[in-house]
Amino acid sequence: MPVTDDVLDLTEVLASYDPVIGLEVHVELSTATKMFCGCATTFGAAPNTQTCPVCLGLPGALPVANAAAVDAAIRIGLALNCSIAQRCRFARKNYFYPDMTKNFQTSQYDEPIAFDGHLDVEVPTGDGGSFTYRVEIERAHMEEDAGKSTHVTTGGGSSRIVGADHSLLDYNRAGTPLVEIVTRPLVGAGEHAPAVARAYVGALRDIVRALDVSDARMEQGSLRCDANVSLRPRAGEDRRGPEQLAVPLGTRTETKNVNSLRSVERAVVYEMTRQGAVLGSGAAVTQETRHWHEDSGTTSAGRPKSDADDYRYFPEPDLVPVAPSAERVEKLRATLPEPPDRRRRRLQGEWGLSDLELRDVVGSGALDLIDASVAAGASPAGARKWWMGEVLRRANAQARELGEMGLTPEHVAELDALVGAGRLNDSMARQVLDGVLAGEGTPEQVADDRGLALVSDDGALTDAVDRVIAANEAVAAKVRGGKVAAAGALIGQVMKEMKGQADAAKVRALILERLGVAG
Amino acid sequence: MTTITRDQVEHLAMLARIDLTDEETTRLATDLGVILEAVEQVGEVASDDVPPMSHPLPLVNVLRADEVRPSLAVQEALSGAPEAQDDRFVVPRILGEE
Repeated sequence: MPVTDDVLDLTEVLASYDPVIGLEVHVELSTATKMFCGCATTFGAAPNTQTCPVCLGLPGALPVANAAAVDAAIRIGLALNCSIAQRCRFARKNYFYPDMTKNFQTSQYDEPIAFDGHLDVEVPTGDGGSFTYRVEIERAHMEEDAGKSTHVTTGGGSSRIVGADHSLLDYNRAGTPLVEIVTRPLVGAGEHAPAVARAYVGALRDIVRALDVSDARMEQGSLRCDANVSLRPRAGEDRRGPEQLAVPLGTRTETKNVNSLRSVERAVVYEMTRQGAVLGSGAAVTQETRHWHEDSGTTSAGRPKSDADDYRYFPEPDLVPVAPSAERVEKLRATLPEPPDRRRRRLQGEWGLSDLELRDVVGSGALDLIDASVAAGASPAGARKWWMGEVLRRANAQARELGEMGLTPEHVAELDALVGAGRLNDSMARQVLDGVLAGEGTPEQVADDRGLALVSDDGALTDAVDRVIAANEAVAAKVRGGKVAAAGALIGQVMKEMKGQADAAKVRALILERLGVAG
Repeated sequence: MTTITRDQVEHLAMLARIDLTDEETTRLATDLGVILEAVEQVGEVASDDVPPMSHPLPLVNVLRADEVRPSLAVQEALSGAPEAQDDRFVVPRILGEE
């Protein structure tokens, strides 16, 4: 269990200190194969079924870089406004740890593929407003993921090499392509530093998803964030002023593997308040990695920086340099999607959403689905109504993502068209939706199979209207006398006669017409 | 003249997670010194007009298409492991690991 550290109130921390943060984000690429070999990268495969001599680090095995991973790294760099190296090489980062089969990680060191970029992020201020903060990107480089270790404690000493306490290694993940994106120290954010961290990681996630290079799911580890935090004494009025900027950076800690956007913000807040208490007591902050504890919202000391962090990087002799031509880079630049923030603003305008409505749509992951439904022919209002209404309600109830419900944008467009054409009313459309979600087919098939359709036979409808009017002369008289609202009772009865399979608006119009009243 | 100290050898041994006897440490310090000296001769011919080189072949962009190739069978993958359990490699617990 984590030791409980003293913390200082955040307001006091900000009064005395200036926070500086730095973020390292690892993005796991969704290529079909690993970074340096042809093994599949399928998530959740049986242990050690996706390995070969290269990713097991067997002697004599020769790695060859994955062209799709190199392209993805370049596209990420371009989307972050980076310069792309005309020539860069891989390097070995040497360390002995069982999750690395080779005793080194193949990475990039002095020559990253992308460098000197920036990303402008929209940071909410908490009072409904927001401001733009420019995150300077130092570099984005290619590397490979490690294997997965599971620690086991068995009752007996069954294992001959290690006794009762040991770890089990699955190398399926070893060698999966990663792009690590490193920011410069982010200064001047003051009280907004935690929100900047969150907004940046969120924006980065949106970008790699829009680039379609990673599914970027923090909870599954395909996007991982390490948050560096340090405090330095306040100086001068302006946190971006020369006096403050002249103060050397304080000792930083690196909180590893923060696994949600909310946690990124909380982890930065926690480290600010913890370091504030350490400095306030006259002690010094220890440079170390820290573990994040999601449940308590705290961090605890991990490994201190030590001799063991002597990685002895050197150029990887088994891989030749990567030298993307200017033509190649421009070709990849042409494939960049519309930046996610710009696209959101455009769609907000096209669909006529308020800021709050847009936030709801984005927050529930419906933006792409609604956009695709509209592209498939749905009206924006209709598409939003279905995804954000019935479908979202069911998804929430089942704790599933909207996109995993088995409903396609084409289904929604078809459903919207059936309603628009007057074949289905809302309650029928909901039944059709149930059928589609149950795998009974497309909306049209479900409506056909279940016999769902509004009665379009005017004769049958007129007969029903006449019967109901005849049977309710008193009510009919009121309506004739001008009490149009009384028609509601008649509409209800007609709908009942029609077993719900009539368009209520049409029934109302018919009744009023029969009674000689203008709607 | 390059000399490798016993301290440097001990540091390397710690990084490489190997135990060395005193004798071995002394011998390796001498041997590594000789090797470094030999390599240092390269420095004598290197000058400003010779860019540092990390790869002897005039090749760049040797890449492979992102196409899956067959992996080893689990039994093959584990065949070199001193011990396996549940189709996974058994390794000693690392000190300080959670």
